[in-house]
Amino acid sequence: MQAFFSSLSSQFYISFVDQNRWQSYIKGLGVSFLVTIGALAIGIVIGILVAICRTAHDQKKGRINPLLSVINRICIIYTTVIRGTPMMVQLLINGFVVFVSSRNLIGIAILTLGINSGAYVSEIIRSGIMSIDPGQMEAGRSLGLPYRTVMSKIIIPQAIKNVFPALGNELITLFKDTSLVTVIGLTDLTKAAMQIQARTYQAFMPYLCIAGLYLVCVLIMTKILGTVEGRMRKSERR
Amino acid sequence: MNADNELIRIEHLQKRFGGNLVLKDVNEHILEGEKVVIIGPSGSGKSTLLRCLNLLETPTSGHIYFEGKDITAKKTDINAVRCQMGMVFQHFNLFPHITVRENITLAPVETHHMNKEEANEEASKLLTRVGLLDKADAYPSSLSGGQQQRIAIVRALAMHPRVMLFDEPTSALDPEMVGEVLEVMKELADSGMTMAVVTHEMGFAREVADRVLFCADGGIQEEGSAEEIFSHPKNPRLRDFLSKII
Repeated sequence: MQAFFSSLSSQFYISFVDQNRWQSYIKGLGVSFLVTIGALAIGIVIGILVAICRTAHDQKKGRINPLLSVINRICIIYTTVIRGTPMMVQLLINGFVVFVSSRNLIGIAILTLGINSGAYVSEIIRSGIMSIDPGQMEAGRSLGLPYRTVMSKIIIPQAIKNVFPALGNELITLFKDTSLVTVIGLTDLTKAAMQIQARTYQAFMPYLCIAGLYLVCVLIMTKILGTVEGRMRKSERR
Repeated sequence: MNADNELIRIEHLQKRFGGNLVLKDVNEHILEGEKVVIIGPSGSGKSTLLRCLNLLETPTSGHIYFEGKDITAKKTDINAVRCQMGMVFQHFNLFPHITVRENITLAPVETHHMNKEEANEEASKLLTRVGLLDKADAYPSSLSGGQQQRIAIVRALAMHPRVMLFDEPTSALDPEMVGEVLEVMKELADSGMTMAVVTHEMGFAREVADRVLFCADGGIQEEGSAEEIFSHPKNPRLRDFLSKII
């Protein structure tokens, strides 16, 4: 029993204290966060644009707008391809084919995860837009407001509110999926643990530690998302 | 027919939904200051007719002239036309995510008809007129149906429209709330506003209408003063309709 504990404490020493290895975890976590935030920003921008293009096309009555049809087709191809291929494969393609000469690994990771996330976010937001009563659009238009203004001031704010839990879910998935960026050689939290394992032959402590770190971060995000959601809902009933 | 004070003229208006011809060749006009009430059985096309006036429905063929300009023409700035046509819906359609005051000021400010202060002042004035100034900072969901519909009327009025279109404004209300909305509409009528009202409130039609249109089978079957329509109906469909609802 004592041997077990002394072995544990020596494992702990090697995995975290020796050569200030704990700093690697912190740095890795920072990279994971950076990639998450960057990808989230790109994902939401792409998601909203794609969702608007697709609903604008679907809700168009009467005359067919050829430009809008082409854009709609492109959006459908985008979501189909991105949702139909594994994210790791997308990372490998962007890292070793498309941007093979670039050394900006963080940039590649953010771009790839952002493009990937955009496909999912667009479907979430599209469902949100379609959940809004068509009467809202009619009321806005009947007041003389252009389609663009009704969308940005009336439809999108309500749609985002409705799909906020699903968007939060997407954020959490995105954060955990950043562990895949190890395949292009970016030192995120998972890669940090892998490197320490390679140097120290210790697997138990590093991997359990990062699992715990991911979990704690997700718990904190869940808490924040819940608070924000509660605040959004409260403004409605007073 | 081509009177000087004609505000809206409808010529050979047709509307088709897929294979269903909802309006067949409607010819009508609305004079400045006139109160026109449109009655008829459900599915007769009366709501579609009203919604064609501000192009919420695009006519399949025919022309609609507003202040002499053909608004069905391709190059028409439809938003500019709609600024002058207020519309009130059966289900109010207030914007639930913003306050009553923001509901009212959104359109005037966004279309640059007023700046923020002017719009706020206008909102306060109109809310006072319908007796709801104390609800200015409330959210629509906290209001009763009657209150919401009065706010919806105010929201349309804030754009200073030349004509108000009412699409069954009291049909979704509890009976005890119908009166307060009709009261606002009557007051509006007395102030000289041009109004086109689709409704099942025959009492309101009798009291306010300058002209009543009876709509059935995709066309205007009979029109005349409230007295003529209600007391001396000629068309058998109209007689049948009136016998069912009164």
